[in-house]
Amino acid sequence: MGRYVLRRLLQLIPVFFGTTFLIYYLVWAVPGDPFAGKCGDRRCPDSYIQFMTEKYHLDDPIWMQYGTYMKNLLQGDFGQNFSGRDISDILITAYPNTLKLALVALAIEALIGLTAGVLTGLRRNGFLDNLVLVSTLFLIALPTFVTGFVLQYLFGVQWKIINPTVSNSPTFAELLVPGFVLGSISMAYIARLARTSIAENRRADYVRTAIAKGLPQRRVVGVHLLRNSLIPVVTYLGTDLGALMGGAIITEGIFGINGIGRTVYRSIVTKEGAVVVSIVVVLVLVYLLMNLLVDLLYAALDPRIRYE
Amino acid sequence: MSDVTVSEPQVDTSGRPTGRLLEVDNLRVEFRTRDGVAKVINGVTYHVDAGETLAVLGESGSGKSVTAQTIMGILDTPPGFVTGGEIRFQGRDMLAMSAEERRRIRGEGIAMVFQDALSALNPVFNVGFQIGEQFRVRRGMSRADAKKRAIEMLDLVKIPNAKQRVNEYPHQFSGGMRQRVMIAMSLALDPQVLIADEPTTALDVTVQAQIMDLLAELQRERQMGLILITHDLGVVADVADRIAVMYAGRIVEEADVHELYAKPAHPYTIGLLESIPRIDEKGQQLRTIRGLPPSLLKIPSGCPFHPRCPMAQPVCVEKVPPLLQLGPTRASACHFAEELVSRD
Amino acid sequence: MSDPTMGSMVTPPAEQPTVPATTVAPDAGTPRRKEKPRGLLGDAWYDLRRKPLFWISTAFILLFVLMAAFPSLFTSVDPSHGELSRSRVEPSANGWFGYDVQGRDVYARVIHGAEASIVVAVLATIGTVLLGGTIGMLAGYRGGWVDAILSRVADVFFGIPFVLGAIVILFALNPPGSTRDKYSIMGIVVASLVILTWPVSMRIMRSAVLSTKEADYIVAARAMGAGPGRIILKHLLPNCLAPVLVYSTILIGSFIGAEATLSFLGVGLKSPVVSWGIMINEAQQFIRVSPFLLLFPAGFLVVAVLSFVMLGETVREALDPKLR
Repeated sequence: MGRYVLRRLLQLIPVFFGTTFLIYYLVWAVPGDPFAGKCGDRRCPDSYIQFMTEKYHLDDPIWMQYGTYMKNLLQGDFGQNFSGRDISDILITAYPNTLKLALVALAIEALIGLTAGVLTGLRRNGFLDNLVLVSTLFLIALPTFVTGFVLQYLFGVQWKIINPTVSNSPTFAELLVPGFVLGSISMAYIARLARTSIAENRRADYVRTAIAKGLPQRRVVGVHLLRNSLIPVVTYLGTDLGALMGGAIITEGIFGINGIGRTVYRSIVTKEGAVVVSIVVVLVLVYLLMNLLVDLLYAALDPRIRYE
Repeated sequence: MSDVTVSEPQVDTSGRPTGRLLEVDNLRVEFRTRDGVAKVINGVTYHVDAGETLAVLGESGSGKSVTAQTIMGILDTPPGFVTGGEIRFQGRDMLAMSAEERRRIRGEGIAMVFQDALSALNPVFNVGFQIGEQFRVRRGMSRADAKKRAIEMLDLVKIPNAKQRVNEYPHQFSGGMRQRVMIAMSLALDPQVLIADEPTTALDVTVQAQIMDLLAELQRERQMGLILITHDLGVVADVADRIAVMYAGRIVEEADVHELYAKPAHPYTIGLLESIPRIDEKGQQLRTIRGLPPSLLKIPSGCPFHPRCPMAQPVCVEKVPPLLQLGPTRASACHFAEELVSRD
Repeated sequence: MSDPTMGSMVTPPAEQPTVPATTVAPDAGTPRRKEKPRGLLGDAWYDLRRKPLFWISTAFILLFVLMAAFPSLFTSVDPSHGELSRSRVEPSANGWFGYDVQGRDVYARVIHGAEASIVVAVLATIGTVLLGGTIGMLAGYRGGWVDAILSRVADVFFGIPFVLGAIVILFALNPPGSTRDKYSIMGIVVASLVILTWPVSMRIMRSAVLSTKEADYIVAARAMGAGPGRIILKHLLPNCLAPVLVYSTILIGSFIGAEATLSFLGVGLKSPVVSWGIMINEAQQFIRVSPFLLLFPAGFLVVAVLSFVMLGETVREALDPKLR
C-alpha cells in the first residue's frame, strides 16, 4: 500500500508540472502586449514597463520564467498581482467561497442523485423510473448557464424566493440554488450510475444469499445491496469535488459569487497572468490529490482491490 | 440450540397429521419472458423427512434448482411465477404464509448452500460478519458474541485457524474452504432442512469428496433433512437415501437409492446410468442419451422424454404418464414402468 | 452540458424489456429466443428499430442538419438585417419568435444559428476522435513506456478544468475585439475543444484496445505472421470502434453545449456569426423584460444537445448485451 501511494505520488509530479506549465505558457507566452490597457487609455510609461518586466522576468525565456515562478511557489510565495496585492490574499478570499459552493453542490447531487438512483434501481420500469431517466437526460443536455439563468429567473425574479445574486461571503443557505445549478449535471450522472449499479447488483447471488439467510428486507437492501452498489458512486463523488471547483466559473458568474471562477475570469480579462496561473495551480493540485484519494478510497471500500 | 421458533405440532391446517418435515406438492412455476411463457416446473412433488437425504437429480434446465429457489422464496419475480401447488413445511403451506412468516423460516427452518460460494458470499464483508450477522439479527447477540459464534461455526466445518480466518474476506479463501464457509453460514441457526444446490460442482474433484463427506457428517449429527441437488449420479450414491429424478420440470422417477441403481424404472434414468463412464468397459464407446433437453417454451406433447426415448410408442406422444407408485418407496412416470421393473 | 469531458453517461432511458430469464437461475435453462441467429449488430439494429426515442432523436438530428445545410428551406429572412423600430417586439404572426434588441428576426437567427453550432460540434468531434483515437490506439497497442508517456501526457491535458482552460486558450488566441473572420474563429474554437477533450477518447480507445489485444483471434493473426499495421487496421480497429463511435455521438451533443457556453462567455464565436450561444449572450441583459429572447435559442440548443445525447444513449444501450 505504502509503495503504491509513493508510486502514484511520483506519477503525479510530471502531470502537475506538465499541466501548470501548459497553463503558464498559454497565459504568458501568447502574442500581445501584456500592458495594453493597464494604464487607462494611454500607453504605460516606460519606467513602469521596465519595472514590471524586471519584476516578472518577462525578458527571460518562458521556461525560465516558469522555473522562477515555481521556485517561489514551492517556498509558499505566490507573488503579487500588477497592482501589488499579494496573490495569496486573493486566493484566501476566493477559495473558501468556491469550496463552499462545491460542497453544497456535492451534498445536493449526492442526496438527490442517490435517492433517485436507488429508488429507480430497486423498482425499474415503473413510472418513477421513466420520469427519472428522462429528466436526467434532460439535465445532462442543459448547459449550466441555461440552468442557471432559468433558475435565477424563476426563483429570484419571478417568485422572489431568493436574491438573484448572493452576498459577498455567502452562507450555505444562499448557495442552495447556485449549488443545485453547479451540481445538476453530476446529479443526473449519479442518479444513472446508482441506478445501473443497484439494478446490476440486485440480482447478484450474494443478495439472494442474504435473503436466504432470513434477513429482513431492510437489511438486505440497506446493508448488503447498498454497500456494494455505492462503491462506484462514492468514487465518482470524490473525483467530482475537484471538477466542481474547476467548473464553477459560470455558476459564480451568474449568481455573482465571489469565488475563484469569477476571480479567474476577471484576471483573464485584465491580463493578470500571475493570478490566473496561481489559481489554476491550486485547482490542479486539488484535482490530482482528490484523484489519488479516490483510488485509495476504492481500496478501502472494496477489499478485493489490493495495490501492489 | 432448541430455541427454534418455527417448530409446531406435526399437523397441517386441515388437521391431517403428517410426518413430513418438508413437502413439495404438485408445484408449478413458469417464467414469463418476452419470447413466451416457459413452463419450468410442471407439477413437482417430493418430500424430505428429518434425518434423511433426498437427492434431486437432473440435467441443466430440468427445474431442480428453480424448485429449490421456490422453496427458499428467492425466485426472481418477474420473470418467475408460482402458478400452482403447495410447499408445506411442518404441515403448513409456506406459499400461503405472510412474507414475514416465510422470512422467519429461512435460515432457521430451511437453509440453503449455494453452488458458487465466491459469488454467493458478499465480497465486501469478512466471513465473520456474514456468519455472525444471523446471530446478531435473528438472536439479538452482541457483536462480540456473534463473532465468537462465527468462530465456532468455522471450527465446526473444519476450517483450520478459525480465529484468524474469521476476519478474512471471501476472496482470500480457496474454493473448498469458501464452500465450507458457505456451509457454516447456512448451519448457523441450526436449520431443520438444508438444501444444497450443486454444492460441489464448482470444486476440484478431490475437494468435492471432502465437502460431500462434511455435509453427510453434519447431516447425520444434526438429524437434518438434506436436499441435495445435483446433476452428478456419482456424487449421490454414497450419501443419499432416496433419489428423485427430474426431467423437463417433472419428477420422472423416485426411488430408494439402491433400488434406483439396481433397477431403474424410467428410460431416462437408464440412460443416465448408462452414460456414466465405467472402468470395466474401457475402450468401448460411451453411451449417451440422444438428442437435447426440450425447450421449456415448447415442451413436447405426451411424455416430454418421448423424442429422446429408445422405447417410445405412439401412446407416449399422446398421453402424459402420471407418476405412479410402483412399491412402497418408488414411483415412476413412464407408461412402461412395470415392464421395465419386471424385466431382467 | 457545458463540460464535454464529463459526458460518458450510463444506461438507457425507458423501453427496457423485462430482465431476461437467463440471469435468473443457472440451470433454469430457459431457452434463448430467436429462431434466426443475428449478429451483434443485427441484434442492436433489431432493438433500436423498436425504440421511439431512437426515431425521435434521429428525426430531430436530421432536422437540425437540414437547418444547418439549407437554412433557406426554413426562412427567407436575412438574420442580420435589423430594424431598430421593432427592437424587442414580442412574438407575433409576422415574426414568430419576435425580434431581438437590434430588431433582427429571432426565428431567422435561430435557424441560421444551427449552422455554426453543428459545424463546430461535428468538426471538433471528428478532431477529438481522430487525435484521441490514434493516440489511444498507439498507447494501447504498444504498451510499455510508450503507453506510460502518452498516458501521462493525456493526464496533463485532462487535469485542466474544461471551461477555464477553454477561456484561457481562447483569450490567448482570440481576444475580445480581435477582428478575425468567421472561419478562422470557428477553427480556433474547434482547436481548443479538441485540445481539451482528446484525452477522454484516448482513454476509451486505449482501454478498448487493451481488452481486445489479447483476444485469441488477434494472437492467432499475429502467430500467422500479420504485421502490426495489418493487425491494427484489420482486426483491432473494427472491434474497438463501437465504444468510440457511441461516445462521439454523445460528444457532438456536448460540443454543441460547449460552443454555446463559450460564445455565451464572449470568448467563442462572435457576432456577426450567428449562433445560439451568441444569441443567449445577447439576450441575458434583457432576461427580465424580454425572456422570449432567451427562450428560443436556449430551447433549440437544449433540444439539439438532447437529441445527440439521446441517440448516443439508445445506441449504447442496444450495443450493450448486458443491458438487454
